[in-house]
Amino acid sequence: MPILNVENLTKTFGGLTAVSGVNLTLESGELVGLIGPNGAGKTTVFNLLTGVYHPTRGSVTLDRGHGAVSLVGKKPYNICKEGVARTFQNIRLFRSLTVLDNVRIAMHQNVRYGIAGGLFHMGSYKKEEQALLEKAQSLLSMLGLAEKSDELAANLSYGEQRHLEIARALATDPALLLLDEPAAGMNPAETAQLTSFIAQIRRDFGLTILLIEHDMSLVMTICERIYVLDYGTVIAAGTPGEIKTDKRVIEAYLGEDMGNA
Amino acid sequence: MKKRKNLPLIITLAVTYVAVWALQATGIVNDYSFAVIVTIGINIILATSLNLVTGFTGQFSLGHAGFMSIGAYTCALITQKNPTIPGFLLGVAAGATAAALVGVLVGLPTLRLRGDYLAIATLGMAEIIRVVFLNLEITNGAAGLSFLPQFVNWNWLFLFTAGTLVLLRNFLNSSPGRACISVREDEIAAESMGVNTTKYKVTAFSMGAFFAGVAGALYTSYFFFIKPDLFNFNKSIDILVIVVLGGMGSLSGSVIAAVLLQLISTWLAAFPEVRMVLYAAMLVAIMLFRPQGLLGSTEVSAVISRRLSKIGRRAKEEEV
Ligand SMILES: Nc1ncnc2c1ncn2[C@@H]1O[C@H](COP(=O)(O)OP(=O)(O)OP(=O)(O)O)[C@@H](O)[C@H]1O
Ligand SMILES: [Mg+2]
Repeated sequence: MPILNVENLTKTFGGLTAVSGVNLTLESGELVGLIGPNGAGKTTVFNLLTGVYHPTRGSVTLDRGHGAVSLVGKKPYNICKEGVARTFQNIRLFRSLTVLDNVRIAMHQNVRYGIAGGLFHMGSYKKEEQALLEKAQSLLSMLGLAEKSDELAANLSYGEQRHLEIARALATDPALLLLDEPAAGMNPAETAQLTSFIAQIRRDFGLTILLIEHDMSLVMTICERIYVLDYGTVIAAGTPGEIKTDKRVIEAYLGEDMGNA
Repeated sequence: MKKRKNLPLIITLAVTYVAVWALQATGIVNDYSFAVIVTIGINIILATSLNLVTGFTGQFSLGHAGFMSIGAYTCALITQKNPTIPGFLLGVAAGATAAALVGVLVGLPTLRLRGDYLAIATLGMAEIIRVVFLNLEITNGAAGLSFLPQFVNWNWLFLFTAGTLVLLRNFLNSSPGRACISVREDEIAAESMGVNTTKYKVTAFSMGAFFAGVAGALYTSYFFFIKPDLFNFNKSIDILVIVVLGGMGSLSGSVIAAVLLQLISTWLAAFPEVRMVLYAAMLVAIMLFRPQGLLGSTEVSAVISRRLSKIGRRAKEEEV
């Protein structure tokens, strides 16, 4: 049963069509890659799925097993509440806050005490804050950031910041996780570790993952299916084996290195 | 761990309360110096509440004096009719609530604006409020209201100032408070992580307005004379200066700056010819040496605990 169904998704910026008639389907529990040359429109697809941009045309529906919900026209925080979380290609952490607070903020939507509870530290404040702390710490230790929990996000190394992006996304309790170039800037050893980590969180959290990545070794290793985007349109879709030999894909990537896959 | 976190604040508050009480009882603090203390208390409320909006939530507001005036006039109109302690408390509550409601009304449309635009919009709002008070009959126009009943003594001042501090600190250490801070940090990321940024901007804005209303009501009930010009653009700037000087995003910074600036300007009152020049020069100097404000965005308690843990670590290393 598909958890995400995208039909004819289109986005124009003035005269530029960044995304054009894209159809995507993600089965529940799948790990799917979204690849394509620079400027192909991959990040724009994520921004459309998460409500940062509104589509010019097309539909996006999410179905977590209890009825289909249209995500078009919804605000990002409502889409997050529906169970779609993301990381950002150009890291967008809460830089001057601690690692712990970065994660705790992402848990905000599931906190039941309100503004009065916050002002007077009353009601379920104590209990919920304790639970929040424990959950945040367990997420951070999963991502190897337990020791850094009081460090400011801005002081983390680049790789650690990418990990914190993932921890923060997981903290929102998603069903569908969108990862935008999680391995960018990582060395091969770090990338290998991340690759197995992504496979692991999918299992542990029962996630469906859509992954944008330029690192072909990562994509080809863990993705079950791949969509290839070029100039805003899907030019190919299939298993890693099919994609590697697809003529149009090779053409689109002409000059880029597909060899190390 | 929680208990230890609150201890410095509780001790500071208790010591302050007892100290001022003792100074007043022994006559060392006379009426004149008590007026300085009242001003400090009111400025602490104004600065910390503006800090919530500007320093913590990142929404640049130049209209804080407008909210203060709503609290001041509302309270004055109530205590004029009902010059009793319950009347005073009703005046504070009504003044703060009225300011908060105006905060919601103004915040909903304007908080969509960012940076400079929001600053101009809030400035315009404060001017409109001032002009309304200037032209209303019930507020007696430019002459203002005088001979209002006086209620504020050290107990009330302490209660409201310490209350504001504790509530703001609580709020900022809660999930809705962290949601406000995330808006300052990165609006798109916050929104994508499930934070309804508009809601928390309006929350911070109207909560800031609420406490500014409290400050205005206290002003009325101590200085017993108010007129629209007291709450002009300059007043908003004065409050902003305290916030920036103490550190955007630091409650204790606002407190320290409010005390320091009032002491300096009280001391400078002895040199009326050069007062403003010296005051301004001092601000420039502080900003040159500490552009992030006295405390940056940290709190005194955090600085102390960091020092302590460093000392502790060193002591441990020496043991080994
Ligand atoms: N807000 C915007 N306004 C105007 N043009 C935009 C905007 N966002 C993206 N674009 C354009 O849309 C196109 C697709 O951009 P997008 O960021 O989606 O590419 P991408 O596939 O993620 O590329 P990369 O691999 O470099 O990250 C680009 O030409 C980009 O300049
Ligand atoms: Mg991109």
